[in-house]
Amino acid sequence: MSSHTHNHVHTIADDIKDKTFQDVSLCYQCGKCSAGCPVRYYMDVAPNKVVRLIQLGFYEEALKSTTPWLCAGCMTCSSRCPQEFDLAKFMDAVRETAIEKGVKVKDKDIITFHKAFLNQIKSFGRAYEVGLVAEYKLKTMHLFDDVDSSPGMLLKGKLKVLPHNIKDKESVKKIFKKTAKK
Amino acid sequence: MKIGVFICHCGENIGRTVDCPRVAKACEWLPGVEVSIDYKYMCSDPGQNMIKKEIIDKKLDAIVVGSCSPHMHEKTFRKAAVAAGINPFLVEITNLREHCSWVHDDIEAATEKAIEMVRMSVEKVKRDQPLTTIEVPVTKRTLVIGGGIAGIQAALDVANAGYEVVLVEKEPSIGGHMSQLSETFPTLDCSQCILTPRMVEVYQHPKIKLMTFSEVEKVDGFIGNFTVTIRNKARHIDEDKCTGCGLCITKCPIRKKAYNSFEENLAHRPAVYVPFPQAVPNIPVIDETVCTHYKNGKCGICVTVCGREAINFDQQDKLVTEEVGAIIMATGYKLYNIDKKPDDSIYKGYGEYGYGKYKDVVDGLQFERIASASGPTEGEFKRPSDGKEPKKIVFIQCVGSRDESKGFSYCSKICCMYTAKHAMLYKHKVHDGEAYVFYMDIRSGGKMYDEFVRRAIEEDGVKYIRGRVSKITEEDGKYIVKGEDTLAGMPITIEADMVVLATAMIAQPDASTLAQTVGIPYDKHGFFNEAHPKLRPIESTTGGVFLAGACQSPKDIPESVAMASAAAAKAMVLFGSDKLEREPVVAKVSADLCAGCFLCKKVCPYGAVEVREVKTRDGVVIKEIAYVNEGLCQGCGTCTASCPSKSVELAGFNNEEIFAQIAAL
Repeated sequence: MSSHTHNHVHTIADDIKDKTFQDVSLCYQCGKCSAGCPVRYYMDVAPNKVVRLIQLGFYEEALKSTTPWLCAGCMTCSSRCPQEFDLAKFMDAVRETAIEKGVKVKDKDIITFHKAFLNQIKSFGRAYEVGLVAEYKLKTMHLFDDVDSSPGMLLKGKLKVLPHNIKDKESVKKIFKKTAKK
Repeated sequence: MKIGVFICHCGENIGRTVDCPRVAKACEWLPGVEVSIDYKYMCSDPGQNMIKKEIIDKKLDAIVVGSCSPHMHEKTFRKAAVAAGINPFLVEITNLREHCSWVHDDIEAATEKAIEMVRMSVEKVKRDQPLTTIEVPVTKRTLVIGGGIAGIQAALDVANAGYEVVLVEKEPSIGGHMSQLSETFPTLDCSQCILTPRMVEVYQHPKIKLMTFSEVEKVDGFIGNFTVTIRNKARHIDEDKCTGCGLCITKCPIRKKAYNSFEENLAHRPAVYVPFPQAVPNIPVIDETVCTHYKNGKCGICVTVCGREAINFDQQDKLVTEEVGAIIMATGYKLYNIDKKPDDSIYKGYGEYGYGKYKDVVDGLQFERIASASGPTEGEFKRPSDGKEPKKIVFIQCVGSRDESKGFSYCSKICCMYTAKHAMLYKHKVHDGEAYVFYMDIRSGGKMYDEFVRRAIEEDGVKYIRGRVSKITEEDGKYIVKGEDTLAGMPITIEADMVVLATAMIAQPDASTLAQTVGIPYDKHGFFNEAHPKLRPIESTTGGVFLAGACQSPKDIPESVAMASAAAAKAMVLFGSDKLEREPVVAKVSADLCAGCFLCKKVCPYGAVEVREVKTRDGVVIKEIAYVNEGLCQGCGTCTASCPSKSVELAGFNNEEIFAQIAAL
C-alpha cells in the first residue's frame, strides 16, 4: 500500500476554517444568503461570492471587499442556509483575517467606524451614539454628512446626549485588554 | 483424511506481497495435507482442471483454496470439487487477497500470515461435515404492495405470464400519484389517458385479485412461502351490490367538511366519495369521521337513494390471509409538506416561503391538479386565493431536497423535469404570462430530457435564474420573491401572483413500519434498501422480496415502470422451478440441550426461531424448545453466539470447527 504525503501549506481558507470550525467547501453557491441579506444592496461583492473567492483561493479580492465590514451579523443567512454554513461567523473570521494581514479594505472609513464603535464600548461598556458619531466624524473629517438626520433622531430619543454607564466597566476593559494581545 | 492445498497468485494481486510458492511449500508439511501447490490463476480453466486432477489422482477427501474472497470464487471451486467427486462443503476458501495481500506491504510478514491462515483452514476442513442443499417448495403467487404505476406494471407483468397476483392498495382506488398528474414529461402526453387503460386491465385481469382500501398487517414465512395477513378496511358499502352509479355521492348533504386529498386539498369532497371519476374500482367509501350517521345516527339519505341496498353502516374491517411466494414492494412516495412545523417535529419546514400561510404558494402536486383538465379549475390557470389568472408565476426548485438543514441531503431527481413541464404548460395556456424558475443546477439526464428543458427556455421563454430564494412575503395580493441571480451576481426581486414549490419526494410516512412488517431493511430516510447498489438493485436483502419504483429512492415514471417489470421478472425467476435450492448453512437446535430460554428467538434478525413443544407419547408437554426454520434462517450465527447452553450450532461453522481454527493459530 502506498501512502501519500502532502506538503500542505496553511492557506487563508485553512485559517478561516480554524477560526470558525467549518469548511468553506460546504457552500454549494445557491445564493440564498445573498438573496435574503438586508444590506446586500450596499455591498461591493455578494456574500456568497465572498465565500466563492475564498473557495477558489482569490484571498486578496475577498479580504479587500467591503462586504464583511457591512455585514450586520443579523444571522438571517446562517439560519436559512441549506448547508448549515454559518455565514455570519465566516464574515467575522474574514474581518479578523483582513486586520491580521493588514489588507487595505476598499473603503477605509468602514474600519474607522468599527474602531470608533469599539472605543465606545471600551469606555462605557455599551454603545454611546453621540460619542461614536463624534469620533467617527473627527477621524474621517466627514463633518457635515447626515447632519439633517440628527434632529429627528434626537427627537425620537435615539441619540442620548450623555453616555449611559454600566455597572461593571472594569470587566469590559479587562476583556479588551485580554483580546487585544492576540 | 487427505487434504489438498491450492494457493493462487491471483495474477499479481496476491503474488506481489505474498510469496505463494513458499506458502505452498510450507503447507506441504501440515498434518493431513497430501498435496500443496501454487498456480498463477487458480480460477482459470487450467487451474480448476489442476484441482480436479489432484483430487482424483491423490484420492483427496477435502481441499483448501487460498485465493480471493469466497464471494468471488467459492462457487467456482465448489463446482470443480463436485465434478471430481467431493462434497461442496468440504471446500474451504482462505481469503489471501482481501485479508492479506491487499492490506499489507511487508512481503515477509504477509507470507508468514498467509501460512497461518491456510493452517487454520486446514484444521477446519478436517472437521467439516458433508452437507446437502436444502429444498423448499414455492407458492407461485405474488403479492404486490401498492397500486401506483409501479405496482400496476408489476402486477400486469406477473399476471400476463400466467401467475396469480394479489394487488393490495391502501387508498380506495389504484392509480397512485400518476393519476393526479396533468401531463407527463418529456412528451406532454396526458397522464390519465395512458394510465387508466392499465387500471382497467388490472381490474379485469382473471389472474389479479385486487384489494383496494386494504393494508398488509402481517407477513410470516420465507422466500417461496409467505403467509400474508391483509386488513380490508370497511368501506361501509357492499362491494358486490354497488354498481358505482354515484347517486349516494351526489345526494350526500355533507359537502364541505372534508378536503379532497386527490385534489391535494384544493377542493372538498362529500362524506361518501370515490377519489376521482375514473377510480378503479368505482365503488365509493363512506368517511366515518365526517358522516352524520356516525355522529348522531340521523342522516341516512344515501341508504334511501341507493337502489341496490349496498350501504352498510355496520360493515367491519375484514382480515384476509393470502399465501404467496414472492412480494413486490411498490409503495411509492409522498411530497414533503413544508409548512412551518411545530418545534418538536423532526422536520423543520420552511417558514420563510409561507407555504400553508399564503394560499397561492402551492406545491408541485397541487399545481398538477390546477393544470389538469379534470382538476378543480378544469385546467384553467386560476390561483387558489381569488380565482384570478396568475400573470407571473415563480417556480422554486430544490425545496427540501439537497438541504441538510431543513430537509434532506438527497436530490429528488424529478423536480427539474416537472418544473420545466409546469412552466411550459402555463406558458402554453397563458400567452402573456411570465414564468420564472429559481434553480441550483438543472439535472435533466434521460432520453429527450435536456432537450425538453431547453425547449422551455428557448421556445416557451421561461426565465431560469440560478439561485435559491431567501424569502417570500405578501403585499396586496402579490408575493414578493427575493432571490439572487448568482450568475449575474445581482439581487432579484419578483412580484409574483403565484409561487410553486418543487418540494422533495420523501418515503411514505409508514414505510419503515411496513418494512419491519415485511422484514426488509430501509435507509435513514425510510426508502427501502436494495441488496446491492449496482448489481442487485431490484432485490431487497430478504429472499423473495423485490422493490419497484419510488419506494427505493426518488424516481420518475419510466424508471418506476422499468423497475416494476424487472421486479416481476425476478418473481418469475423464483417460479421457474417447483423447488428452491438453498445453502445448508443454517442453524440447528439440539432438542436435548435446549433449555427453552428463547434468547435466540429474541436476537434472530430474520424471525427464524420458532417455539416447539416436546411431548411424551401420551401427548403430555414436557418442555418448550427453540426450533430454527430452515427456510428463514440466513446463517448469520447470532443465535449460536448468544445461546447460553451452546445448544444451537450453525452447519458448516459449528463450535468444533471454529475452535479448531483458532487453536491452529
